[in-house]
Amino acid sequence: MSLELSGLINAIHEGLTGAIEAQWLVSLIEYVLVGAGLLALYALIALFLIIFERKICAWFQCRLGPNRVGPWGIFQVFADMLKIMFKEIIPLKHNDKLLFYAGPCIVVIGSFLTFGGLQFAEGVHGVDLNIGVFYLLAVSSISIVGVMLAGWSSNNKYALIGAMRSGAQVISFELSACLSMMAVVILGGSMNLSTLMEKQEDLWFIFQAPVPMLIAMVIYLIAAHAETNRGPFDLPEAESELTAGYHVEYSGMTFGYFYVAEYCNLFINAAIGALVFLGGWQAFHIPGCDGFNAVMDMCPSYVWFFLKCLFFIFMSLWVRWSFPRLRIDQLLHLEWKIMLPFSLFNILLVAVWVIIF
Amino acid sequence: MITYFKNVFSGLVNLCKGMYITMLQFCRPKVTEPYPENRKTRKQFERFRGELTMPHNDKNEHKCTGCGICAMNCPNQTITVTKNKVTTEDGKAKIELDQYLYDLGSCIFCGICTQVCPQNAIAWSTNFEHAVFTKSKLVKQLNKPGSKKEEKPAPVKAEPAEKKEAPKENNDKSE
Repeated sequence: MSLELSGLINAIHEGLTGAIEAQWLVSLIEYVLVGAGLLALYALIALFLIIFERKICAWFQCRLGPNRVGPWGIFQVFADMLKIMFKEIIPLKHNDKLLFYAGPCIVVIGSFLTFGGLQFAEGVHGVDLNIGVFYLLAVSSISIVGVMLAGWSSNNKYALIGAMRSGAQVISFELSACLSMMAVVILGGSMNLSTLMEKQEDLWFIFQAPVPMLIAMVIYLIAAHAETNRGPFDLPEAESELTAGYHVEYSGMTFGYFYVAEYCNLFINAAIGALVFLGGWQAFHIPGCDGFNAVMDMCPSYVWFFLKCLFFIFMSLWVRWSFPRLRIDQLLHLEWKIMLPFSLFNILLVAVWVIIF
Repeated sequence: MITYFKNVFSGLVNLCKGMYITMLQFCRPKVTEPYPENRKTRKQFERFRGELTMPHNDKNEHKCTGCGICAMNCPNQTITVTKNKVTTEDGKAKIELDQYLYDLGSCIFCGICTQVCPQNAIAWSTNFEHAVFTKSKLVKQLNKPGSKKEEKPAPVKAEPAEKKEAPKENNDKSE
């Protein structure tokens, strides 16, 4: 198990405590290290997802995608990043400056805060809260405040309509996402992610209770997909109607913030789904098959985690490039008349399942 | 109530069908041409109009009589045909092609010139790499230096009759 990251983290911690006597200084240094590591991970994941999406999108359209800059075009995304960093931020005249610049920051902060609650590998997580699932859901929906601020302070009718649509959509779909999470919490008996991970050591939740968990997973995936304003649910950014929606007035890195947050939200949603349905960093185990389980354990836990995330992200992109955009009334009909009753029924089903089995 | 569940499940099935279709597309070979890399192996479509050429045979002979119908029909005056009057050995005056100038820069690739040519003397090549640094290089002389009109084994007198008929037909077509 030398491949696991927890050994490295423990070594760093012991080295620091050995070198520095003051406990508060050790803690401070460790906080800074964890923060810097998470920030680096945040940026890297956004970069990776941009190139991943461009490639997958191209393959769905029978194209090759970016293939000029570097092998298979992997450096294209770095070139794009540099370009967007050097671009001018165009100031507007008649708008609320403070809110205008606070918008993208809040969006990024909202999605970055969730990184603190995620579990990336065995023993690799920022904070192990006893209400971890609740924290993740609560913090990831802060972003919508930034979106609304951006749309309002841009002083632009398209931005305002886009922000309002985005607000209606995210708040509606948040309900289904939370209710499907509640089904998981009932099955796992805890909101603490570490406890949930322990419970999934032998069998992932999706295999422990296949029927209700499958329903919960499908509902969660649809709701999470809608929350990222992508795919068939991208009407807040509908180009043909609203030019670009809430971020139409942003340029340069202020737009870059929205862009990065959008891709990181994609990862966060996939990560939450992987953690609660597919066992997070737990390897695929079949109870009773010790040989098979040992083979599966050879793979480090972070690889399992990121593979599961990639699977969910791929599903998300697959849906995105398959279906046409929904109208706002169809969207709300889907949420309030179909997904909400189903997820409420699903909670009942899980409760019965837990009592019976 | 029953129709509600029917709609939901048929909707789910239909979504799966749609995703199956896109997955088939995902697995298909890609159509993008990685152009400069596959320069040697790529195949151009046969009917692609790249640039006008005048095919010459092994003896450096072409079929152009210098009639100028192509130049007359060209919408952009892209083609300029200059002729020479020559006296043949048996004392007859004959018109012969001197220079066939084709300006690639003003060609719109409509293809009328090849349609109206009574002798099928000009044809399209599929070459599309035309980029040059000076505009004057785009004006090309299509008949190679020292080339001649290809002599037909058929009696010479039969040719003028063909000439007169053929352009009429072709003109109708192009109009």
